[in-house]
Amino acid sequence: MALESKLKDNSTRMNKLYRFGMGLDMKNNSDGLVSRLFGNLVSSMRKFLFRILSVGPIPNHLAFILDGNRRYAKKWNLQEETGYKCGFWALMPMLKYCYELGVTYVTIYAFSIDNFKRGPKEVQCLMGLMQEKIEGLLEEESIVHQFGVRVHFIGNLKLLPESVKVGAEKVMKATANNNKKVLLICVAYTSTDEIVHAAQESCQRKWDEIREMKPGGGAHSFEISNESQEEEERRFIKLVDLEQCIYMGVAPDPDILFRTAGETRLSNFLLWQTPTCLLYSPGVLFPEIGLRHLVWAVLNFQRAYSYVEKKKKQL
Amino acid sequence: MSIYHVYDLNRGLNVPKRRTNCRIMGLGAEVQKVLHWIAQSGKIGLCLLWIILHLIIGIWYFAVDIVRAIESYLISSGLFKRYKALDISKVRYLAIVIDSEEARQTSKIIELLRWLAAIGIKSVCLYDPDGVMKKFKEAIMARLGDAKLSEEVTVNDPLLDQKFIALEFVSFLDGKEAVAKAANLLFDKYYLAGDQEKPIFTESIMVEALKAIGCVETEPDLMLVYGPTRCHLGFPAWRIRYTEIVHMGRLKTMKCGSLIKAIHKFTMVRQNYGT
Repeated sequence: MALESKLKDNSTRMNKLYRFGMGLDMKNNSDGLVSRLFGNLVSSMRKFLFRILSVGPIPNHLAFILDGNRRYAKKWNLQEETGYKCGFWALMPMLKYCYELGVTYVTIYAFSIDNFKRGPKEVQCLMGLMQEKIEGLLEEESIVHQFGVRVHFIGNLKLLPESVKVGAEKVMKATANNNKKVLLICVAYTSTDEIVHAAQESCQRKWDEIREMKPGGGAHSFEISNESQEEEERRFIKLVDLEQCIYMGVAPDPDILFRTAGETRLSNFLLWQTPTCLLYSPGVLFPEIGLRHLVWAVLNFQRAYSYVEKKKKQL
Repeated sequence: MSIYHVYDLNRGLNVPKRRTNCRIMGLGAEVQKVLHWIAQSGKIGLCLLWIILHLIIGIWYFAVDIVRAIESYLISSGLFKRYKALDISKVRYLAIVIDSEEARQTSKIIELLRWLAAIGIKSVCLYDPDGVMKKFKEAIMARLGDAKLSEEVTVNDPLLDQKFIALEFVSFLDGKEAVAKAANLLFDKYYLAGDQEKPIFTESIMVEALKAIGCVETEPDLMLVYGPTRCHLGFPAWRIRYTEIVHMGRLKTMKCGSLIKAIHKFTMVRQNYGT
């Protein structure tokens, strides 16, 4: 009973934190004049801080690997599911801060293809949580409506349960006309799978192009016969073809990639898109991430801006 | 009322109204000037605050660099016991990423490779985007002495008895362009070769294609980045799925102690590969 009560307290505390972070309680809490004033003061200070940061270059695209949810649950003696929920509650204010700051694209690594190897109960729990949160995106008070966010689900969606896949497609369709901000949610995603898919897609498209040019000709008509041609001209599939077929082609390359919990690897996330991306690995567990981490990352981005821009032009 | 009187009356009535309008317009212009001045001052104030913020961060990093330099010196001198016994067997393949401008300092690269050889690292992949180190590979290997190219090392060589360091030289062209070449190979093999059924490409098919065009498939366990920022600068994407990426600062300020610390920290990492 004591444990249940503790879990409930933690859950209520996290829920309050989420609602406070999203500014959801400010309108409804009629008897919280002090908390409302405090909330407005905090919000004004944050906006003032963002105005100072905006003197320098602001990153256009941020990516997040949400690491440390299970370790957070273990640290606070919570169930793993609560750890993931705490991660989600920390994510929403972070998205709000990013969009308020002026970041246009935010990508999150919600579920890797490698995560399917976890225990079936854990995978089921994650899928259930994902479905619940995907449905929540369409609610009136969600961040999608607040900031006019277009949502893309990136990855091999065929690997997802039907209900999650349908929910994802529904959200993508409902937000297709939003054009102010973009949220890319990587589910059933790995970079290597993305690259393989891009290779297959570009081969198929090139094959369809060839068949349209000479219908009924088949493969035999296109044998490479001219040995004097440059090797690159002989190639049917070029780098630009792959770039057009890559899942993440709907957004520019990220400027900063956050991975929490102090881990310094990319775990098969955005490997193709991050040659000049600043990799930032704060030691904090994801449910504990806050505004200060975002501000620190942006300041470091501004310090490195001229070098990164030079490298982008060279590569 | 006579016309003359109306005229006078009208002139009398109109003069104060025109003066009032002029005064109001003058006041409006003044207010606008003041608001414009406040806005300009506000912008200048924000710029000053931004500069102060970056100055504070610059001072912070300067202090951190001094502390790291002292720590590195203490590690090199053998003062810390925990750095004396490194479990090098965990570092089977090490990648060094260097900014192309800094990669021209071949003497620094050779010094770094000598440190790595002294620590016990047997296989190193050297990467810079423009392929500067690739161009100077003969010179680097000649000056280093006990070094061989990775491609020349036969599979039979037992790693533990290896008395040389195996080097691989990689550039940006071995990354995305190599994947495009592999995709082209697959296109030739499965689409152009006949009317056979087109298979669904898998990662193993892609790996075979990359091997066929001469790409090395070994994934580095640890990547040390020497440059102004922590970016992998386009290292072949296929090979860094689970590679730990550590920023070491600029090549010109490299320190042996920092190298030992980075390798030691890596040996303490436990990966779960997504499970």
